[in-house]
Amino acid sequence: MREMDSYIARSLWQDRMFACLGVLCTVFGLAALCALLVKLALDGASRIDWQFFFSYPSRHASRAGILSAWVGTLVVMSVTFCTAIPLGIAAGIYLEEYARKNWLTHIIEVNIANLAGVPSIIFGLMALGLLVYLLHLGQSVLAAGLTLGFLVLPIVIVATREALRAIPTEIREASYALGASKWQTVWHHLLPYASGGIATGVIIAMSRAIGETAPLITIGALTFIAFLPPSPVSPSPPFLSLDWLHSAFTVLPIQMFNWVSRPQQEFHLNAAATGLVLIVFTLSLNALAIIIRYRMRRRIKW
Amino acid sequence: MADKLSRATLVKPSSRMAAKAHLEPVENLFMNPEAAPAGHVCKASVRNLNFFYGNNQVLKSVSLDFYQNRVTALIGPSGCGKTTLLRCFNRMHDLYPHTRYEGEIILYPDGINIIHPDTNPLEMRLRIGMVFQKPNPFPKSIFENVAFGLRLRGVRGSLLQDKVEAALNAAALWEETKDRLRESAYKLSGGQQQRLCIARALAADPEILLFDEPTSALDPVATARIEELIISLKSRVTIIIVTHNMQQAGRLSDFTGFLYLGELIEFDRTATMFTTPAHPMTQDYLTGRFG
Repeated sequence: MREMDSYIARSLWQDRMFACLGVLCTVFGLAALCALLVKLALDGASRIDWQFFFSYPSRHASRAGILSAWVGTLVVMSVTFCTAIPLGIAAGIYLEEYARKNWLTHIIEVNIANLAGVPSIIFGLMALGLLVYLLHLGQSVLAAGLTLGFLVLPIVIVATREALRAIPTEIREASYALGASKWQTVWHHLLPYASGGIATGVIIAMSRAIGETAPLITIGALTFIAFLPPSPVSPSPPFLSLDWLHSAFTVLPIQMFNWVSRPQQEFHLNAAATGLVLIVFTLSLNALAIIIRYRMRRRIKW
Repeated sequence: MADKLSRATLVKPSSRMAAKAHLEPVENLFMNPEAAPAGHVCKASVRNLNFFYGNNQVLKSVSLDFYQNRVTALIGPSGCGKTTLLRCFNRMHDLYPHTRYEGEIILYPDGINIIHPDTNPLEMRLRIGMVFQKPNPFPKSIFENVAFGLRLRGVRGSLLQDKVEAALNAAALWEETKDRLRESAYKLSGGQQQRLCIARALAADPEILLFDEPTSALDPVATARIEELIISLKSRVTIIIVTHNMQQAGRLSDFTGFLYLGELIEFDRTATMFTTPAHPMTQDYLTGRFG
């Protein structure tokens, strides 16, 4: 009996030790993150007002703002969204539902997973060669949006495939057995049932793209932009214009990078405020992803 | 046939003569669609059907007939190929790679060969409905579940409403669901879900309805309701049911085919097969000596 007692005591001690270690590790990670956020908030909060949101960058730190940066982020993101999302979802559907399962699709599969892990600056180099030099898109909104699109495409493809794979075979068979074609099955069943997973993947992809700086600097994004891209709508015919695609741009992280690299302390406050805006942007996107996932899980249970 | 008889001799040499004597009338019954038993119209004829998963032959020269407005049960131990045979009828195997059909499944009255490569699987699935082992409603509303097959056929508006109601009625589910058609099908019980799946398959008026062990995931009460339903559906559709439950085959079916290791060992009227099986293996299976 005594032997067993000591054995149990040792097990319990090990248990407790690991619990303590786990708490320490968790606290360490969270504390570092919190300290970062709190520092950012303390530094930046004082700069956040209407003036900051609606002013162009300036030589005077107190008059500078992030108008061109957040508008730039919005337009670049819209290009990324409009290119990467349809391409990624379509590719995901093709690979999961249409492609024959052979060695070629297997190689493609593995490489898409690899692409998701390629450093973003490599995508920047590729975009510089392809979009800027070969296709002469210049340092434009279009080039930036496409660059970030390439970057997040694998994330969208992988998320789409995972979401489709989570749908049980019986559901597919039920649809096919009623005489539905492949496309009818995809359109009426698989896409709606996978939409939660796909939406989550899309939002994660967008929140990745929103914070990317390196590939945009690689393609030569300007850091000082004191104008907005031309409006997509005009009062005279043809009313719609795509000139904004070819406009020069800056985005929030580049604006932040610009201010951080200046020697004056006041600009660092601007950078902190920009960082705060960027973090709020990203966190709200992630929160949206979680809400969507939760609601979808509640609606559809397999 | 010769092959099948020699197989019987291998299994039980002593009963060879008896088996052969009993097989003669059985053979006439199922090898000649024109010579269907009195009052029976042939709906589908399987002829020398071979089926392969890769190099693995799962069905070996299977031949039998299915009669209109009759319930035919396919029985046999696990892995005997009964579900594989069932899934040939609506070309479900086409969904998966490395599958191959040989032979014929002729669908009457038009005489089309279901498994011919030129036959469009979609057409066969529009004409032949299927109910699966596990209830598999779509995660949509009860109404939308039944309506999907109709929508595929272009049914719209009030006709769609009427047909959904008719199908739910036919599946004995209307009274329970008429006030909750917009609710998710997942809120129904297992038995109700399976009846919903039957309604879904019935909605588009299939010529044949395939049941793949439709009650194996259900409790006895739900099972009894499904069985009642299947018998009541006989008047409007030809039914083929795979079951591993011999009592169920006995209760439901007019004809029974017994498969073993991919071969059809015996096919006969259920009453005949269950009382005086022609083949010793059928007898062994029915009496529970293997399976």
